[in-house]
Amino acid sequence: MPTTFENGAVFLLIFRVLLQQVINGLTLGGVYALIALGYTMVYGILELINFAHGEIYMLGAYLGIILLGFFTAIGLTAYSLPLSIALVVVLTVIFCSSYGFTIEKIAYKPLRKAPRLSPLISAIGVSIFLQNYVMLTQGATDKVFPHLFGNAGFRFLSTTVTYLQAAIIAASALMMIFLHAFVMKTKTGKSMRAVAQDKTMASLLGINIDAVISVTFVIGSGLAAIAGIMVAAYYGLVNYYIGYIAGIKAFTAAVLGGIGSIPGAMFGGVLLGLVESLGASYISSEYKDAYAFLILIIILLVKPSGLLGKTADEKI
Amino acid sequence: MGYEAKNIKSLLMPVGVALWLSLLFLPFKGINASAVLFLVLVVAVPLAKGGAVFIRKAQPHLERVGALVPRDRRYLYLLIIPALLVPFVSEDYVVDVAVISGIYIILALGLNVVVGYAGLLNLGFVAYYAIGAYSYALLNTKLGIGFWSALPLSLVFTTLAGFLLAVPALRLKGDYLAIVTLGFGEIVRLVLNNWDSFTRGPNGISGIAPPQLANMSIGKISHYYYLVLFFVLLSVFIMRRVEDSKIGRAWIAIREDDIASSAMGVNTTMYKLYSVAFGAFWAGLAGCLFAAKMRFVSPESFTFMESVLILCMVIIGGIGSIAGVIMGALVLVFLPEVLRDAQLYRMLAVGSGLVFLMVFRPQGLFGRKSGSFGS
Repeated sequence: MPTTFENGAVFLLIFRVLLQQVINGLTLGGVYALIALGYTMVYGILELINFAHGEIYMLGAYLGIILLGFFTAIGLTAYSLPLSIALVVVLTVIFCSSYGFTIEKIAYKPLRKAPRLSPLISAIGVSIFLQNYVMLTQGATDKVFPHLFGNAGFRFLSTTVTYLQAAIIAASALMMIFLHAFVMKTKTGKSMRAVAQDKTMASLLGINIDAVISVTFVIGSGLAAIAGIMVAAYYGLVNYYIGYIAGIKAFTAAVLGGIGSIPGAMFGGVLLGLVESLGASYISSEYKDAYAFLILIIILLVKPSGLLGKTADEKI
Repeated sequence: MGYEAKNIKSLLMPVGVALWLSLLFLPFKGINASAVLFLVLVVAVPLAKGGAVFIRKAQPHLERVGALVPRDRRYLYLLIIPALLVPFVSEDYVVDVAVISGIYIILALGLNVVVGYAGLLNLGFVAYYAIGAYSYALLNTKLGIGFWSALPLSLVFTTLAGFLLAVPALRLKGDYLAIVTLGFGEIVRLVLNNWDSFTRGPNGISGIAPPQLANMSIGKISHYYYLVLFFVLLSVFIMRRVEDSKIGRAWIAIREDDIASSAMGVNTTMYKLYSVAFGAFWAGLAGCLFAAKMRFVSPESFTFMESVLILCMVIIGGIGSIAGVIMGALVLVFLPEVLRDAQLYRMLAVGSGLVFLMVFRPQGLFGRKSGSFGS
């Protein structure tokens, strides 16, 4: 018979492991949520599963490493680390947004009136192209993100939270708040919502549809870029195929929360991150990637409109 | 003056586009390569633009040429004769590639039933292929069952798997269905990869016996060729018959308009089920042939990219057309072999080729522009 004291110690240990997994899950979930936002915004407006969105995230991770390497080479990192990190983030966001913008113009815009399948296949084509492009120019082996932040952290309820984890959680939360405010309060945000509701009506009211779609792609890609840098810094390793699996998971998150709904994507991302990290430690880590798909299938079969989504009546 | 301004603009546009694109590639390629890319693009962009205009203008003429080809395509069966002679005139290497392309033709024809006829986008078709291949591999290595007895059993398994997934999934439409099938494909691969005690995990299963025919083991590549050719012809024949049958017409009706066809009394759910199960059947057959040919299976052969490849075969040839699908499979298997030297770049070509095709010829290279697929 364990004494009360031992019981307490065991309980504390269980609690500590659980809390650690919850924090890991929140970190992961924040990243998923950022990518999921790109999916959900594009789907809300174009009803297109932007398969290439995961690749933008992958490009973001690579750009983070490349630019940081460049700044180290010219001595900027040695001069001021915060400045160079800020520059890396800004430049990566600019580049990835431009990629998103360009991809939309080349691969999706000519297909605006085409059958639904065509842009999806075009997106798969873009995705194949970008993966192989990065593999050819950067090599097929893992790229290492410099170990800048160390494992330093602070104690939080008897577990350790690294500063990087805290930064990722805070940055994702902050960006989601900004995005929500942008979509709800600004004029551009209002036109985005109008276009998502009814494209024809919005254009009759003088909204420039093409511009709104471009803005959507630019914002979505920018968020994915930041997610990419954060993941590269968190795991320290980047590969040319990370975009596919992350993309699928983020899409799952978007569907989980109700595709087309921005709060839904945030909620779905965090929930998926939690399920994955808890599932990996309590059920089986081998099937870590399968949880996302299982959740996706169950959600689609039970409640296809997602947890926060509205059901739309079918138009004939 | 207006004319001149427009002229200057049309001159500057390609330069701007070229500059923009080469700037995008700057961080990945470095300054020198980007400069080269810029120079190439300055020439290429106006050419591409001219090409696009040309293709748009040529489109109606292409349709007219296509209309000249007789609707009755029975004369295509004459192609069987050169196909029979291949092993006599070609090296083993070519015959080997031909066998692979035969397996892909069966796969693509199977997917064509689901995507082309019934209009259901399936992104996890490789799952049925994997189930077929592993069924034969396991039946053969664990229970010692020969090819001809294992084949019907494997086909029953895959068809059942098709049914089992289809029953719940068919409540979904369009993109959602595509994503669920994708998830199904990934789960099958993950299970094959992680269920070590049964599937031997990532190591795969080796030592699969080749088929026996009249007490003779089919070991030579030319024997395989005829085996696969037999099944290809069988599948083409059956597809032709099914296409014009009541079921085939029902599928096409569903593809063109789900609601209208159910209003006309077509039991849409039932026929969708048939299409998924029928497609899975052919994938299972292709899987058995694959396992028997390679005599080795591993989860690596059944990735999402494989599903995409099969889908591309269906699409580039022309969705819903048997001849088109066969051409698509042949192109996508033989082209990379021809481009061996440029192996690294071929996936770049495939990716941009898909985008290009969708933008300029969404109905596929040999497809007819009929109906409104998937809209």
